[in-house]
Amino acid sequence: MIYRENGQFKTNYLSDQQILPIRQDRIAIALLLIVAAVIVPLTATEYLFSAILVPFLVLSLAALGLNVLVGYCGQISLGTGAFMAIGAYAAFNFHTRIDGFPLLLSLLMGGACATVFGVLFGIPSLRIRGLYLAVATLAAQFFADWAFLRIRWLTNHSSSGSVSAGRLELFGLPIDTPAQRYLLCLAFVVVFAVLVKNLVRGAIGREWMAIRDMDVAATVIGIRPTYAKLSAFAVSSFIVGVAGALWGFVHLGSWEPAAFGIERSLQLLFMVIIGGLGSIMGAFFGAAFIVILPIFLSQFPAWLGLPLSTTAAAHLEAMIFGVLIVFFLIVEPHGLARLWSTGKEKLRLWPFPH
Amino acid sequence: MGFLLETIIGGLMAGVLYSLIALGFVLIFKASGVFNFAQGAMVLFAALAMARFAEWIPQWLGFESALLANALGFIVALALMIVVAWAVERFVLSGLVNQSGVTLLMATLGIAYFLDGFGQTLFGSEIYRLDIGIPKDPVIVADGWFEGGLLISREDVFAASIAGALVVALTVFFHSTAVGRALRAVADDHQAAQSIGIPLGRIWVIVWSIAGFVALVAGMIWGSKLGVQFSLSLVALKAFPVVILGGLTSIPGAIVGGLIIGMGEKLSEVYLGPLLGGGIEIWFAYVLALLFLLVRPQGLFGEKIIDRV
Repeated sequence: MIYRENGQFKTNYLSDQQILPIRQDRIAIALLLIVAAVIVPLTATEYLFSAILVPFLVLSLAALGLNVLVGYCGQISLGTGAFMAIGAYAAFNFHTRIDGFPLLLSLLMGGACATVFGVLFGIPSLRIRGLYLAVATLAAQFFADWAFLRIRWLTNHSSSGSVSAGRLELFGLPIDTPAQRYLLCLAFVVVFAVLVKNLVRGAIGREWMAIRDMDVAATVIGIRPTYAKLSAFAVSSFIVGVAGALWGFVHLGSWEPAAFGIERSLQLLFMVIIGGLGSIMGAFFGAAFIVILPIFLSQFPAWLGLPLSTTAAAHLEAMIFGVLIVFFLIVEPHGLARLWSTGKEKLRLWPFPH
Repeated sequence: MGFLLETIIGGLMAGVLYSLIALGFVLIFKASGVFNFAQGAMVLFAALAMARFAEWIPQWLGFESALLANALGFIVALALMIVVAWAVERFVLSGLVNQSGVTLLMATLGIAYFLDGFGQTLFGSEIYRLDIGIPKDPVIVADGWFEGGLLISREDVFAASIAGALVVALTVFFHSTAVGRALRAVADDHQAAQSIGIPLGRIWVIVWSIAGFVALVAGMIWGSKLGVQFSLSLVALKAFPVVILGGLTSIPGAIVGGLIIGMGEKLSEVYLGPLLGGGIEIWFAYVLALLFLLVRPQGLFGEKIIDRV
């Protein structure tokens, strides 16, 4: 009743090809953007910004990048933390070594450096497939862990590998308050989400999906696997590198190599799988789930009034996290995005059952 | 020359220990097609169970013999691992039949988180001693041929012989018993095995129990080396390169892979490490496995991946 496209006719190809062809969808997204860009910065508390919103935005950007690689191109990668680290440290080097280097450019150059390494570590994917590739990408992860700890030049000769980004300034405006950081991240996320959506709707996205579904058949019909796989690695590591730079500069302020360890890679992979492989919305759902769940779990015993020591609470958190992951995978292996689209399908028919 | 030989022997020993953990991975992957990210957590859980029960049982039953305590602790820990195997099959595997490899991988990660938290809730999160009577003093051999002789750790020799005995036992089990044959049938083709009447669920419980037993032995040996603590579950991260180098579906591959990775790790740390600033052990193992995979993408002894279009 409310979600029908009755009466919405398209009169030219351009309007037929838009990302959101249904007017209700356009209104909903417009409202969401207005709330996100105008109402939230005015009303949210500092805790909400720094503990929930900024991590959610940056991690959903990283999950978006990983979804391009794992969800759309089917190459399982466990080395995402390494690419985030490369993005963060490269951006740091551009920002601190070159005086007056614009913030935006250093973030994007961080992404570009991550792209170079992404393509390099993606070359094994031309020969190795499946779970073997997943474990082989751990080579990238551990190499980056070691490199940022031992190669002094990369961290501007800091003794422990920990660096700090200092004051941030965008086109002369300072990025100090939590609301300003939030808006910077929001801008990046919106721009990249639109870019990725258009990429996967286009020819290259279809090449990726063909490689994911059946790479031998894709090669037979003329899709070059080298180009498709390496471009997936390139695009994915660019986005993940920018997300890493944002994570270090905006969320953490100062960081060390352990912030981008294997825990981070596994967390991102969780987000992508729980959110839904091969979907843009899925990256956001997954990031929201994984960001909010630990906060919820740590407050939960307090609500129930149970007196638990911090170690016991931490163990309980790990147990519930594990159970929830398995539960979600059994109940909806295609992720929250599938639940969302099933809900939209039911909404189209509402109030009729079929 | 003597030092080189010492490094190689030390590396081979370390490699055998990695293969112990890799064996668990291979067993589960062969029979249920799941890459068990939770193997490290299972090693930790089993080691914790054995350490704590070996401590508690003498207190409950009132005797002093360390050997009896360790033996009873081993048996109780084994029973616990069988319960874990049953629970995993009942609550996780049966709900995820026919899902993709990544989904199953993530499910085992969930199991890993759960086992980590559960084990430490039940048994505590401090460092526990596990003393199974392995002599820890090193022994010096061949001091006629090399000056000063070669220093070999007796603990490692013990561990290597236990691992070797385990592999022989497993190989005999798989080839000569009816259950072993059923396991091999399931590893070849789930559907065909089901159609001739092999109960898939029960086979999975058996396989995960055997993997739990292997995890217990590995946990026992690593625990007596390092002490039973949380970082034991991170040893599994060192066993991954072994698994993919040897091939995910091959038991001899786990052993050979372990030997190669162990040797390569130690040699690289001693000879390449100082040039690069040290600490290169962990990523060198992965890079070594990666290089082997570029030549043989299915691992040294793994099944060739055949795509039907």
